Formats: sequence, structure tokens, C-alpha cells
Amino acid sequence: MSRKLNLRERYQRMTRDLAWEPSYQSKSDIYPQMEFEGIKIEDWDKWEDPFRLTMDAYWKYQAEKERKLYSIIDAFAQNNGHLNVTDARYVNALKLFLTGVSPLEYAAHRGFAMVGRQFAGVGTQVACQMQSIDELRHVQTQVHTISHYNKYFNGFHDFRHMHDRVWYLSVPKSFFDDAMSAGPFEFITAISFSFEYVLTNLLFMPFMSGAAFNGDMATVTFGFSAQSDESRHMTLGLEVIKFMAEQHPDNIPIIQKWIDKWFWRGYRLLTLVGMMMDYMLPKKVMSWREAWEIYFEQNGGALFEDLARYGLRMPKYWEQTIEGKDHITHQAWGIFYNYTHAAAFHTWIPDDEELDWLSAKYPDTFDQYYRPRFEYWREQAEAGNRFYNPTLPMLCQTCQIPMGFTEPGNPTTIGFRASDFDGNRYHFCSDGCKDIFDNEPQKFCQSWMPVHQIYQGNCGGATVPDVLNWYHLNFGVDNFDYAQSPDRQHWQQWKGEPAEESDAPDEAA
Amino acid sequence: MAVKAITPDYKGEAPDSVENFHGNIMFHVNWEKHLMFCAPLAFAMPPDAPFSTLLEETLPTAYGYHPDWKKVDWSTVEWTLDHEPFDPKHDASLEENGIVHRSLLRFTVPGAEGIAGSGS
Repeated sequence: MSRKLNLRERYQRMTRDLAWEPSYQSKSDIYPQMEFEGIKIEDWDKWEDPFRLTMDAYWKYQAEKERKLYSIIDAFAQNNGHLNVTDARYVNALKLFLTGVSPLEYAAHRGFAMVGRQFAGVGTQVACQMQSIDELRHVQTQVHTISHYNKYFNGFHDFRHMHDRVWYLSVPKSFFDDAMSAGPFEFITAISFSFEYVLTNLLFMPFMSGAAFNGDMATVTFGFSAQSDESRHMTLGLEVIKFMAEQHPDNIPIIQKWIDKWFWRGYRLLTLVGMMMDYMLPKKVMSWREAWEIYFEQNGGALFEDLARYGLRMPKYWEQTIEGKDHITHQAWGIFYNYTHAAAFHTWIPDDEELDWLSAKYPDTFDQYYRPRFEYWREQAEAGNRFYNPTLPMLCQTCQIPMGFTEPGNPTTIGFRASDFDGNRYHFCSDGCKDIFDNEPQKFCQSWMPVHQIYQGNCGGATVPDVLNWYHLNFGVDNFDYAQSPDRQHWQQWKGEPAEESDAPDEAA
Repeated sequence: MAVKAITPDYKGEAPDSVENFHGNIMFHVNWEKHLMFCAPLAFAMPPDAPFSTLLEETLPTAYGYHPDWKKVDWSTVEWTLDHEPFDPKHDASLEENGIVHRSLLRFTVPGAEGIAGSGS
């Protein structure tokens, strides 16, 4: 008599029972990437599935989420939901998020599909393949949001093309390209553990709360829809580390090196998120400093105490992030203020209330080091002399961010590091970025550095309009200060606000 | 240290070797304590360009916006080249001054501490 299988039995059938022993091909031919990274797996059956989800249950849950999501996105569009955001300045945070992060969701879809094929354990294969489908769903939902905002605001129109070319988008792009061109064990340590488990709260929490605070229900909706997937991804990240650590003691130093590398790469990437929190949200949620204290110092500290039993320790150079939390967002906003004439979003000087908020949130640094430069820039902009840096910046070879970070312990001096490799010199912003290069110079000497490519004549020409044309940005529309932007003019028209001359000092420039 | 690669003896091509810059070298300049310029700068110039071109044309265009620029007196400016003390010969070329592809020049203007002394 046949009986219906329960969920657990169905899961067992879907996973372990699929793992037959091959008879006419060797395992090393079927899974050719399992050995070269040096990770030793003795028994794939020890993999504890963090979520015993069968495919039919997965489709059912995801379909429910999709139905809710798309009904809200439709309602948002029909009700002109974009008019309910706090201020059109907010949309610039979205531009950066949706052009910087959405292509990474797609890259994650590809990456997990690739490693799901390579892992020799079937439980791991299934977990990676489900995450691969999740990531494809995330990019789709975000593209719908891009599509809506693109009808009303500038800078969203060609995010795929921009991702491969625009100088600051090379920061997130190179992060993921680095992971995808590593082996499967490094990829999953980088993305599932270091990013999803240790750092993702710093991406999603401030961004989704920021969207809610600022009336952006389209973004809140895809955030909530993705959130239950994210908690599954985080669980996978922790399981991956514990599984590798328990399989063989030789794995520990390899894993530690990856944690050191990917923590630092993630920290540099999240500088952009911190900058959004401190500067781009008209209504602030919390400061970057506060978020780092909660989500890394407290939560991350507890995690690494727990992992100490495997012989794993806090990521190298974490102490520098504690000092850096008082500086990096101000330095990053300064970078974009310098080069907003070459960006697909607008920048501005915080108003007095916002400057006071920054002074209060950063009592040890803001008034001394950063407020004077913002006030000077504002004074100059009001006099019709808005600052744009006319020369291309020096970049860090590893994180690809302009070398705007200061030396630990010395906030008025840029940090410089360098390495010589194979007849060339390479420059870095920090010890963390230099170590990453020094461990794999054959890889990082190949980086596609936007500034160097412009000087080699590979980016459409030598002038800013030439290069923006090659980026597919519209000169005079997508770039320059918010004060003079068409976005701002449209916003004032839609909201019935008078365009005050004094509010737009650069109008004539 | 060798990269762990699935291909034996894996080696990457470096796209930023000097021969890809069409006769120029790319080098970097930083004006210390003036972080209103958010990062050090990158320039591509022929190695036989006189150092004086840098002082008279290139750097004034790059840094002239700053109110401290009027305090610059090249006879008192302190330089380092690749982190070593450096006394440039203004009439000699970049190359003759020892500036090579990916060199880093840093200069300090005595008495110039940035906007309101903040290092900006």
C-alpha cells in the first residue's frame, strides 16, 4: 500500500538518494574543482542541511511571496508612489543601490549555480541551487523597481551597461568577479559566510529601514520579500564554515585567510552603504558608526567567540574598522562630491540640520576634520563656484576605491601602501588591501582599473563628456550637483514647490 | 606567494604596464594636508616632460581651486618621491628626476594646513 511521504522523507529522497556512486566516471572528473583550493572534505554526509526545504515547498513559498510583492509594486505604480518619498535627494541613494547591488544579485545567481554544480555533496548542491534561484528572483524584483523609478528620475536607464564600465561601479563589480573567479570553497566562504552572514545586516537593515523611513514602499517591499530568503542564506553561510572546519584541521588556516580577505573586501564595499546612511537619506535611520557597533562589534564579536572553538579568530585588521567607523563615510561622501560630474547620481552639501546631526553622531571627528571642508564647499557653491575635482584620482589596486582613506591614527594623512610585482608597482589604501594583493598578485595585477583605462585611451576619449558617453550617462542630466539637476526641477514641479533661485546656485553654471 | 589556480603555473597579464600608456608614464601626486582633494591624483605624461611643466601647468590646474594655493612657493616646498626625501631639478625631465611609471610624489607647503587648519 502506498503512503504519502512526509516532508522530511521527501527531502531525503531529493537529496541523499540522488547521490549515487558513479560507476564509469571518476569523482575527480565529475567534480574537477574540489581539490585545488586545499580544502579537505572527508564525509559529505556530515553536511547538516540548515533548511530542509523540498522543491515543491520552495516553489509554493516563493510563489506566495511573489504574489504579494507584485500586487504592492502594481499599487505603488498606479498611485504614483514615488511622489511619497521624503525628497528627491533620497532617490540618489536608490540609484547607487540599484545600479551597484542589483547586478551583484544576478552575479550571485550565476555564482551559486556554478558552485552548486561543483560541490561533491548533494545537500550542498541543493542548498546552492535554491540560493541561485533566490538571487535570480531578487534581481528581477529590483529590476521592476528600477523600471518604475526610471520613468521619473535620471540615472537608472542602463544599469547593466554601466556596471561594466562606470568607475565607482567597478568597486562592487570587482568584489563579485573576485569571488566568482575563485574556487567553489572560497566563493561560498566569501559570499555565504563573510558577506551574507557577517555583513549582510549592514546592507539590508539600514537600507530597508531607510527606505521605510523615507516613504519608499517599492524598495521596502522587495526588501521584505527578500528577507526570508536572506535568513536562509545566512544560515547556509554559518553551516558552510562549521562544516569545513569540522571536516579537517588543515582547513582552518585556509578558511581564516579567506575570512581575513573577504571581511576586508566587504568592509570596503560597505563604505558605500555607510555613506548612504549618513549622507543620502533625508530622514536618517542611524549612523554608520552606530550600525557598525551593533552589527559588527557586538554581533560579529559574539560570532567569532563562538567560532574560537574551531581555532578561528576575528578577521585581521578588524581593529582598524573600529577607528575607521568615525571617518570612512565622510571620506566617501567627499570622494563623490569631488567627482559627481562623472557619476550617475547627484551629490550635495548636507543642510545645517544634517551637519548638526553628523556633528552629534561623530563628536570626536566631524567638527574637527570634516565640517570645515563641507562648509567651505557650500560657501563656494553659493558663490557660483561649486567644486569639482578636475583630475582623475589615484585608485587602490584591490578595492578600486579612490585612495581617500586616511592612515589609522592620523586623520589628516592619506594611507599609502605599495607592492612591486613582476616589474610593476601597485598601490593600496590599507594593510588589508595590500595583503589581499600580496597573497594573489597573479590575480590582482589583472584588475581593470577605471582611471588607468581612461589614460590608456580605452574609454571613449579624454574628456569627461567622452567618457560619460562611453558609460552611457547623459552629460548635464545624470551628473553634477543635485542643486542644478533636472531631477530637482521635476520634483519641485510635481510637488508644486516654487523653484527658488537662492536654492539653485549652480543653475547658471 | 603563488595563486591557487586550477591551471598549472597560472599567470596573469598586467594591463597597466607602461607600454600600454602610449609613450606616457602614469604617476601620482598628493598635496599633504589638503584633503578637500579627496584622494591623491593620477597623471599621464611623457617621461621627457620637464619637471617645471608639472609645477607651472599641471599642478596649478589640479590644485589651484584651493585658497592655500597662493601660499605655494616652490623654493620652500618639501617633496618626497616614493617615500624618500626628494629635491627636484626643475629644468630636468621627469625621468631625469627619477620619476618612473607608478611613482608617488608627495609635497608639503610650509604654513598651509588646509581650510581652517583642518587638513582639508
